[in-house]
Amino acid sequence: MTLTRADYPLAETQPGAVTGKHGKALPEITLDAVLAGEVTMEDLRITPQALQAQADVARDVGRPTLALNFERGAELVEVPQDFIMQVYELLRPGRAKSKEELLEAAATMRETYQAERIARFIEEAAETYAARGLFTFRF
Amino acid sequence: MTPKLNRWKRFADWDERPLRLDKFAAEDPANGFSAFSSPADPKPGIGINGGRVVSLDGVLEHDYDMIDRFIARHHIDPEVAPEAMALESATIARWLVDMNVPREKLVRLAHGMTPAKLAEVVSQLNALEIAFAYSKMRARKTPGNQAHVTNGKDDPLQLAADAATAVAFGFDEIETTMRVSRNAWSNAVACAVGGAVGRWGTLFQCSSEEAEELRIAMAGFTSYAETVSVYGTEKSFTDGDDTPWSKAFLAAAYASRGVKMRCTSGAGSELLMGFHEAKSLLYLEARCLCLQRGMGVQGTQNGGIDGAPLTATIPGGVRELMAENLIAVWLDLECASGNDARSTESEIRVGAKILPYLIAGSDLICSGMGSILKYDNSFNPSLINGEELEDYMVLQRDFEADGGLTPLPESRAIELRERAVAAIAAVFEELGLSTPTEDMKTSVVYASGSDDTRSLMPRDVSFISEAIKERGITVIDAVKALANRGFREEAENLLNVVKLRLSGDYLQTSAMIRNGRIVSAVNDPNDYLGPGSGYRVSEERRLQLNDIRDVLDQKEVLRSEALHEKDEARRVRYRNLGPAANGSATDDLVIGISPAFGLKLYRTTAGHRLSEVLGAMLDAIRARGLKARVVRFRHTADTSFLGLSAARLAGSGIGIGIQAKGTAVIHQRDRQPHNNLELFSNAPITRLEHYRALGANAAAYALGEMPEPIVVPQRGEAMGSRYHARVALIYAIETGLTEAGAAPEEVDVVLTGAQ
Repeated sequence: MTLTRADYPLAETQPGAVTGKHGKALPEITLDAVLAGEVTMEDLRITPQALQAQADVARDVGRPTLALNFERGAELVEVPQDFIMQVYELLRPGRAKSKEELLEAAATMRETYQAERIARFIEEAAETYAARGLFTFRF
Repeated sequence: MTPKLNRWKRFADWDERPLRLDKFAAEDPANGFSAFSSPADPKPGIGINGGRVVSLDGVLEHDYDMIDRFIARHHIDPEVAPEAMALESATIARWLVDMNVPREKLVRLAHGMTPAKLAEVVSQLNALEIAFAYSKMRARKTPGNQAHVTNGKDDPLQLAADAATAVAFGFDEIETTMRVSRNAWSNAVACAVGGAVGRWGTLFQCSSEEAEELRIAMAGFTSYAETVSVYGTEKSFTDGDDTPWSKAFLAAAYASRGVKMRCTSGAGSELLMGFHEAKSLLYLEARCLCLQRGMGVQGTQNGGIDGAPLTATIPGGVRELMAENLIAVWLDLECASGNDARSTESEIRVGAKILPYLIAGSDLICSGMGSILKYDNSFNPSLINGEELEDYMVLQRDFEADGGLTPLPESRAIELRERAVAAIAAVFEELGLSTPTEDMKTSVVYASGSDDTRSLMPRDVSFISEAIKERGITVIDAVKALANRGFREEAENLLNVVKLRLSGDYLQTSAMIRNGRIVSAVNDPNDYLGPGSGYRVSEERRLQLNDIRDVLDQKEVLRSEALHEKDEARRVRYRNLGPAANGSATDDLVIGISPAFGLKLYRTTAGHRLSEVLGAMLDAIRARGLKARVVRFRHTADTSFLGLSAARLAGSGIGIGIQAKGTAVIHQRDRQPHNNLELFSNAPITRLEHYRALGANAAAYALGEMPEPIVVPQRGEAMGSRYHARVALIYAIETGLTEAGAAPEEVDVVLTGAQ
């Protein structure tokens, strides 16, 4: 189901449907639940579903590029923090010494995390960096 | 003899003004010093082939640098571009200031425009038109503001207290950074806890190295990021150690963690970095902003930012800052519209810079107003800092413009600071991080800045910060610690902010939290279509804006006067002797006093007791061997008429008129009411010796002499702003006692000599 601006803000229109990674919904995340040790940081993490819902809303209000960013974000939800930081580092100028290093990262994104959009994005960077001579050593 | 000098002394006066500390640069496009247009700027142009952008502003696809590539692929909408680029720039410029042309139409066209086109259009607008277009084009209807919360010691107690007060002043976002980079974690915890005191919903950022910042956000302490800088030339981008793709990847990473994010760009950065390619500031910014929309970020911190001081040295630079902000909102981005770096030492230039934003409104009027003192601002001083916060709030009141802040009573500020300091101390104790002493806490509660505190020092903070990081302490630990130590409300508030990230609602364009509700460009879109539409200050909000400190009303004036009633009663007695007679002796001089003089009002605006003023005049007259009578008039409270009426009753034909506020006149019978002999209108700066001299001069006139008129020297004080409100209120008390046709009353004045 594609959401529209009428569904926004989700936390107010459908709090019960907004859940964390382990399926705990907003109304269940109370201070008492935290004190009882029933809430972890994982329960406070956004889900790909929520990001997709926000992408729908963004598209509905005429912000297609914002929607695409949310969709790329949705793909990264399950990607571990360390790998995200590794890929970010690799995308910075001169970190990758060749196009292949970036393509390898793209392949991992695609195969391990089903992050198709992110993979294409990294491939596009690889192509650009090659064209612009960015695979140079930086001191 | 007066010596001849080699300069006009006025220039020497000007040399002493704060303005002369500002430096001004000559226009020099070849070296990057041009605000709006440079010969090196490309002409707008686009080529589209099969839905693909094959040329952009005169550059063919094959020659694209990485910025062109990104803009061509991710920003330009090939379906809109032919239509948008074919329109005359002058036509689009007119639409921007035409209230009948809806925002959506212009936003759609912007999706098809190249950087050179956007720059060419906004270049046609003057400063007023830019401000107007900005108010029409900004994405969210309701304006907001952002604060810097930092201090020179990275002291977490002070951060917590200052965060709590910033939240109470109404800032929608608070942002911290540190003097010592390893203190980031401690700063983050302190501001998160302090920001949860009083109410919830203020978004918070800890500005640090990008990877570290993302980790702190992951631990739940922060809710937004804005250190994602982009640049307008390829060389400056790589020099900044990033590319459009690395930054766009970071944007997606923040979204994936439910953290609100905006990019940063602003005029002057490429120039500071030495890679401006001789292009104008505006053109380079237009490129940055197209990049940002292409990256899919919801917003931008834009308007010079760190480069604003440099931009302000260039002719038209301040207008350029406004123009780049206009491009940002035209591209439908949230705009934290600069006004952070202090671009001038001149208070006039500060006020002039902020005013268009205050009147037009902005998502975040300052991308960091210093809620702390200048020297505590670790980002460098802001345009407006803790010192000037009240000036800003008075500007809101003057213009009935909502700048996002709300005046805060002093007692409430102290209460919040106490609570915040206690809360962060409790969290630190509970987590075994530090045990602040009572003296530390008290010194922080009452401190204006870190110079006044005896609290934690940067080295102490480093141990705390590293422990937080190493032990993997998260916001859940902080929430628990607060609740366990009795700060249940603060624990709830903190938890509520973290819960926000689950829905992703605050990732949408221009999102902020007001009264626990998400307000963004989605559910609060700017609907400006002329007078009566768009954001208007509600009556309730207007009353809030008006509620500044030390506001006078008649009740307050009477209350403060009443404090002096008893004392004056000991010093002077006024006894009414009945109707005043016409004097006939030539040594007879009359002092005419006003209706409330000594009856309801007891001090001049300069603070002199009326008994002393009267005594000084009487002494001086008697010293010349003349007789002085005191007569109270109730038919008028006007100084001139008091003086003239007194002169008419005096045998000598000379009278003094004096109002309770101290304004006095020497008058002579048969003159026109306002054609007096001497006027002492500057009551607030008139001293007792002037009143004494006034009495002596009146006596001299009665003796037929021609004395040197008394001059009450003034040094250009803004007398009207200091005293007129009080004067008007006092005068209303005087006129309230007048009665048409009331006869003058002879008054026996007995000065008791009491002190």
